[in-house]
Amino acid sequence: MPSLQFPLRDTPAEAPALRAELRAFLAEAGRDWSPMVPAYSWMGFDREFSREVGQRGWIGMTWPKTYGGGERTALERYVVLEEMLAVGAPVGAHWIGDRQSGPLILRLGTEEQRREFLPRIVRGELAFAIGLSEPDSGSDLASLRTKAEKVPGGWKVNGRKVWTSSAHRCDFMIALLRTAPAPDARAKHQGLSQFLVDLRSSGLSIRPILDLVGQDGFNEITFDDVFVPDSMLVGQEGNGWEQATAELAFERAGPERYLSSLPLLTEALDDLRAEPAAPEAVGRLLARAATLRQMSLSVAGMLQEGHTPAREAALVKDAGNDFEQALPERIRALVDPARTPPQVIEMLGLMTMVARSYSLRGGTREILRGIIARQLGLR
Amino acid sequence: MSDIRDMLVEQVSRLLADRSDPATLRAAEADTWPEALWSEAEALGLPLALVPEEQGGVGLGWGDAAALWQVMGRHAAPIPLGESMAAAALLAAAGIAPPTGFIALGLPGEAVAWGRRATHLALAPGGEISLHAPTDWQQGRGLIAREPADQPVLGTALAEGRLPAAYGPDAALLAGALLNAARIAGALEAVLDMTVDYANTRKQFGRPIGGFQAVQQLLARCAGEVAAAGVAVANAGRAADRRGLAGAEFEIAAAKIVAGEAGGTGAEIVHQVHAAIGFTDEHPLHLYTRRIWSWRDGAGPERLWARRIGDAALARGGAHLWADLTSRDEEPAA
Repeated sequence: MPSLQFPLRDTPAEAPALRAELRAFLAEAGRDWSPMVPAYSWMGFDREFSREVGQRGWIGMTWPKTYGGGERTALERYVVLEEMLAVGAPVGAHWIGDRQSGPLILRLGTEEQRREFLPRIVRGELAFAIGLSEPDSGSDLASLRTKAEKVPGGWKVNGRKVWTSSAHRCDFMIALLRTAPAPDARAKHQGLSQFLVDLRSSGLSIRPILDLVGQDGFNEITFDDVFVPDSMLVGQEGNGWEQATAELAFERAGPERYLSSLPLLTEALDDLRAEPAAPEAVGRLLARAATLRQMSLSVAGMLQEGHTPAREAALVKDAGNDFEQALPERIRALVDPARTPPQVIEMLGLMTMVARSYSLRGGTREILRGIIARQLGLR
Repeated sequence: MSDIRDMLVEQVSRLLADRSDPATLRAAEADTWPEALWSEAEALGLPLALVPEEQGGVGLGWGDAAALWQVMGRHAAPIPLGESMAAAALLAAAGIAPPTGFIALGLPGEAVAWGRRATHLALAPGGEISLHAPTDWQQGRGLIAREPADQPVLGTALAEGRLPAAYGPDAALLAGALLNAARIAGALEAVLDMTVDYANTRKQFGRPIGGFQAVQQLLARCAGEVAAAGVAVANAGRAADRRGLAGAEFEIAAAKIVAGEAGGTGAEIVHQVHAAIGFTDEHPLHLYTRRIWSWRDGAGPERLWARRIGDAALARGGAHLWADLTSRDEEPAA
């Protein structure tokens, strides 16, 4: 029963200069953001913002220069991510490409795929959606049924994907599809493959789904005989489950798993000064934030060394979700609505609603805890 | 320092695995001083481990200390070694040669664990420090940890000095907070391991209870808290090595808060999973959980430390919150 280790990491020597650049950029970019922007942050979508981020070299930072990348370290990239999230920047138009689709293509894609996709992701021009969940396959992801059948020159895709964030605004999706029937119910992880799917393909329709805030954040995507060329298969046919699981380590490893509601603490802090219970509550939140930051940095360090810290990432995501989900409730307990500026009240209200998604997206709390329990040796 | 740290951590782990067994813990709670354990710890040079080599010690830092204290917590070591290490470190920092034997560390409003066995007592209020040989001890007992907990009758000071500025006005409290946080983090590792073992062996409804999702979910949450406590403690030790105790007040406070919260949640979960057997005197679980509860209150409960760093953050304001959090271990940009 090896317990998970989280060795401390320092941020890189370049961090202070990088932060100064980012803070200047974000202060300017964020001048007119409504509370809705930080409330959604990486689930938000702003192509213009993403292009500006790309121009500054903050997308694909660790990728080879051949593909437009910056060849910088994973920890430098981490600094950029945490600065973006600390102010709740609307990073959704490049977030998925930078975090998981790009790294997947870089690791397992063909040379042609790398040349076609990576430079455009780096420039902030190509937005990716995640094609995992289906109407009948959520936590039990491997039970997914959207299938790709071999046809001359490519694959014919039929089925549905759901909860796909911003798909109606994105360009491509990396879809996990069934390319062979599972040999039996216990081996349903076999026969899955990953494809790059152009979201403007013929036969593909996207229906926005309003979330409980009333925003059109996510979607249902229907594939009706959608043709996907052979050249769009990513990695090995039939190896999709292993590939997607490794991708999930990237998806779960980042600071977006504890920082989602931090902008509310920043925004509300000055107005809490008269509240007698505020010092203790704020102190407890800060202690957790500082600790989660070290845990998250530790996982970033593991990625930097080329590991795939899937279990560590699951633990940090779960702990981070607890924190970011509790934060709006803690702030609510301190706020006197009569004496609090309307923008704070608005952000609190929005985050109270959006926070429900934190422990669902990227793997529910229960699934993550199942992963942690198996790591502990519980069967 | 890392090689010496690893070596000592291993030595102390082995020593405590042998000597800090449930029988010794129970005897200590019935006033039997674990003499063999203490003298072997002395033989390893542990009481003076944080004293610089030129003053006769081993020259370990606070990060090393935190790692050792975590091991002591893991074994619920029933000796006041951590306190004595901290007291010797503070005395040496003020230029006072630490005496051999057990030096108790006085904290405001707290009884001294095993004070009756102390040859000396160090008090460090407001940046001053003094060394005493108490003339007597009013004997008491910890309500929760059940260890002897005594109040000194102070004699005249044998020596007085001033701590360097980097130790600040609360050095003893900060060292005590780091000690208690580290012990909680270690004890939590132990009870998590015990509980996973129990869940994998105890059968109900024809299978190990660890196979039930309800139990798995609880223990996974516990594992998250254990990991958080360990990281918070390591971060506090590193900060104290870099910036001195006073400069690490935020990280030490964070460690005490997170370890305290984790201790509460963790103890709750391990007892729930052990159910009735874990509530008995016979089962060793409480030898650890009672100490976790007690250490939560040592050197200031979570509430005190949270108010401290919360007040500071409120005074600085929201515009500085993130920058302050990220600048602590970074040199400012040129």
